[in-house]
Amino acid sequence: MAQIGSFALLLALGLSAYSFGAGLLSLFGRDAASARLGETARRAGIATFIVVALASFILVSAAFADDFSIAYIYHHSNRELPAAYKFAVLWSGQEGSLLFWSLLLAGYGFVLRLRYKTDQRLFAYASVIIAAVQVFFLLILNFAAHPFAIERGVLPPDGTGLNPLLQYPEMVIHPPMLYLGYVGFTIPFAFALGALIMHYPGEKWIHITRRWTMVTWCFLTVGIFLGAHWAYAVLGWGGYWGWDPVENASLMPWLTGTAFLHSVIMQEKRGMLKVWNMVLIFATFLLSMLGTFLTRSGVISSVHAFAQSSIGTWFIVFIALTTAVCVFFLVKNLSYLKSEHKLESLVSRESSFLFNNLLLLVVCFTVLWGTFFPILSEWVQGHKVTVGPPFFNRVAVPVALLLMLLTAVGPLLAWRKTSLESLKRNFLYPAIGSVAVGLMMILFGVRPWEDPSYFYAVMAAVLSALVIFTVISEFVRGGRVIAGKSGQNIFAAMLLLCRRNTRRYGGYIVHFGVALVIIGLLGQPFNKEVEKEMAFGDKINIGPYTLVCQSYTQDDNPNYANEWAIINVYRGGKLITTMYPERRFYKASGQPQTIPRIYPSFRQDLFLVSDVYLVYEGKNDTTGRPIIKAHLNPLVPWIWIGLIIMVFGTVVALVPNYVPVVVTVSAPVRETAHAGAGD
Amino acid sequence: MKVPNPFRTYARCHPERSQTVREANGLGESRDPYSRPSTRSLRRYLQAAALTAAVFLFMGAGGNTDARFKDLGHRMMCTCGCGQVLLECNHIGCKSSDKMRDQLMAAIDKGDNDDLILQGFVQEYGPTVIAAPTATGFNRVAWIMPFVVLALGIAFAVHIVRSWKNRPTPALADGITIPRGPELDELRAQARKETEQ
Repeated sequence: MAQIGSFALLLALGLSAYSFGAGLLSLFGRDAASARLGETARRAGIATFIVVALASFILVSAAFADDFSIAYIYHHSNRELPAAYKFAVLWSGQEGSLLFWSLLLAGYGFVLRLRYKTDQRLFAYASVIIAAVQVFFLLILNFAAHPFAIERGVLPPDGTGLNPLLQYPEMVIHPPMLYLGYVGFTIPFAFALGALIMHYPGEKWIHITRRWTMVTWCFLTVGIFLGAHWAYAVLGWGGYWGWDPVENASLMPWLTGTAFLHSVIMQEKRGMLKVWNMVLIFATFLLSMLGTFLTRSGVISSVHAFAQSSIGTWFIVFIALTTAVCVFFLVKNLSYLKSEHKLESLVSRESSFLFNNLLLLVVCFTVLWGTFFPILSEWVQGHKVTVGPPFFNRVAVPVALLLMLLTAVGPLLAWRKTSLESLKRNFLYPAIGSVAVGLMMILFGVRPWEDPSYFYAVMAAVLSALVIFTVISEFVRGGRVIAGKSGQNIFAAMLLLCRRNTRRYGGYIVHFGVALVIIGLLGQPFNKEVEKEMAFGDKINIGPYTLVCQSYTQDDNPNYANEWAIINVYRGGKLITTMYPERRFYKASGQPQTIPRIYPSFRQDLFLVSDVYLVYEGKNDTTGRPIIKAHLNPLVPWIWIGLIIMVFGTVVALVPNYVPVVVTVSAPVRETAHAGAGD
Repeated sequence: MKVPNPFRTYARCHPERSQTVREANGLGESRDPYSRPSTRSLRRYLQAAALTAAVFLFMGAGGNTDARFKDLGHRMMCTCGCGQVLLECNHIGCKSSDKMRDQLMAAIDKGDNDDLILQGFVQEYGPTVIAAPTATGFNRVAWIMPFVVLALGIAFAVHIVRSWKNRPTPALADGITIPRGPELDELRAQARKETEQ
């Protein structure tokens, strides 16, 4: 098996190198011979996907077959590992995840090469660029991080198993989503660089790239939030966001990708920000590579990182080379990127896009700066410093709040110039509503002057409310116009409104989802926690809930031994649920893991939903009683609901606009009346 | 400006009523509102004030310790390698955070000020125990740079907007002109009227 896998990787390297070389040569000529050469390059790219898929299949099969002669399988799997995690072995380690990256890149390239007839020349350029990136990853796989390396010495009877922290359902979906996002940004990068090199006329390349970019952005968003949910639901990862370097590495391309998705609208509608858009998409791709470098090189320590390895040098060289190529072509082709349109007012949608990009890039810079400052400090001062949550929260949160303001205001500004009357018309009621939300919070006892975190919570609530009310007002205003003209009810009218401009209204839905996420985050200053050793019948009171320990026990299975408590949750004297916080001890790895239990109180609290979060902290060795820690985390479920809305909004934006069907009907024409007739 | 004492003003204007009200309330004979309280009463007032102040002072002391513990605990990192702030380390049985929390509480109870406590932790665990760069020396650059970038970015954005505004109008064929200013506003109002009404 290992030999076939190794051969497949070598063959893939050869095919992708041919696809790159032959493809590049074919771009220099325009005759039939060049076209034929280009076609062979395209087919070699397609074949690369088949061969890399074969290599991936072999690695996964080896995991299911418990082939511990392969070192990778030995270090990341064991006989008793559940099937889902055996499948996930493909991305659970350094070498396998690089193979998975290569597979996804080859897959994206496969789809692109099949659709080449959309624009043969542009797709040829993009195909060459993708082949170049593919060559890089296959070089690493073949020479620096080989997934089919043989385990030396006596064949072990069992593997060391998967890290217990990774044995969680999200292990099966979070990395694939993240990688689909990271890898996916190679496609718009390839299109952008290709369009730049060939001086692609007009903005059609953006139309072609748009869907790829949105899908990729959606995958990355889902991947980041799944990671956040995993970190929240499993102890040891620091809550849903800890500003860990690897978390930051996923956030940076997301920020620049978001900026790109917005500013590219400017280029489509007004032919502006061409240079900026090129810079953004190049930066997004490079930051994706940088993120991979951070995770794998060990240059910055992180709980999320793979083990330290030497492949960091490969990534540094690749990032440097790619940056040089991008800068070269950008400077060489600046004249191609000139735009001519005027702007008439600072209060315009163009300006709002510009400032939106500015704020997104400032947050991205802050994250990048904070992530790398420890290394810089070591160079300059001789010792590392920690740049942790207090730094990021103090800098990024105020900027993020400004961004929320733009999210509310920006879409309602007109192109070129917005009048004061228009501003008043669009914002008066949403502004009143959002201020009312802030006042209500103060009336309910939140004192923003007492603590900065309360101040930020109130501001976040006000601005989220502003976004929500402006989105609703846009739907209602447009829906009323259509309802008035078509006679439909308002909801059918709003649906038709959305279908007529899916990108715009899908974008509004995404903004709505973002506002819900911010609402979920602002509950953090109001978290409560109580810890107690619980005997049978003992109680914990937290917020409006009473937790009663019914029982505690232990269990055993081939994969792990566990102990758990049975806790009844009461509110107002009524039993609402039973929860089972547990602690596991994994036999293969010898590591413990705590499994918290979470109950979102939708039925009891509706919009002011909280998570009741129970943790089995441990056991008193003398009494044998469990120590339970209870948390009450207000509003957190809105984070996950916000994500679902964001994904829904992206799907809506991807749907083609509804175009009324035009039917030609022949109709009789009346004979023209002659003069004098009818007397 | 001196604010007149309303009680004095009322008593001056209505001496007969002030007496009736006091008698009705069982307060005894009306006293001259201008008379000073006796020394014994003054002492009582002072004792009550001192007691009240002491209550507030010592009531806040426990709260003050908690607040300091929370504040300082959020300014340091747990050294077990989890990468979390000390008071948020949720590793079960983490030996580092338990020990560090005990040390922190002991230092606060001892009466050390915040800087001394943090210095002590730095000496024992190294500079990486502090959760964010300090505002001293080269570390100041960590805090300054994001705001410098923001300021430069705003300046750049304003410059870009101005340059867009000052661009010459692009020439169009056949004498077509793009509506601007009041003409554009009129056309927009008309479009809005026709579509929304």
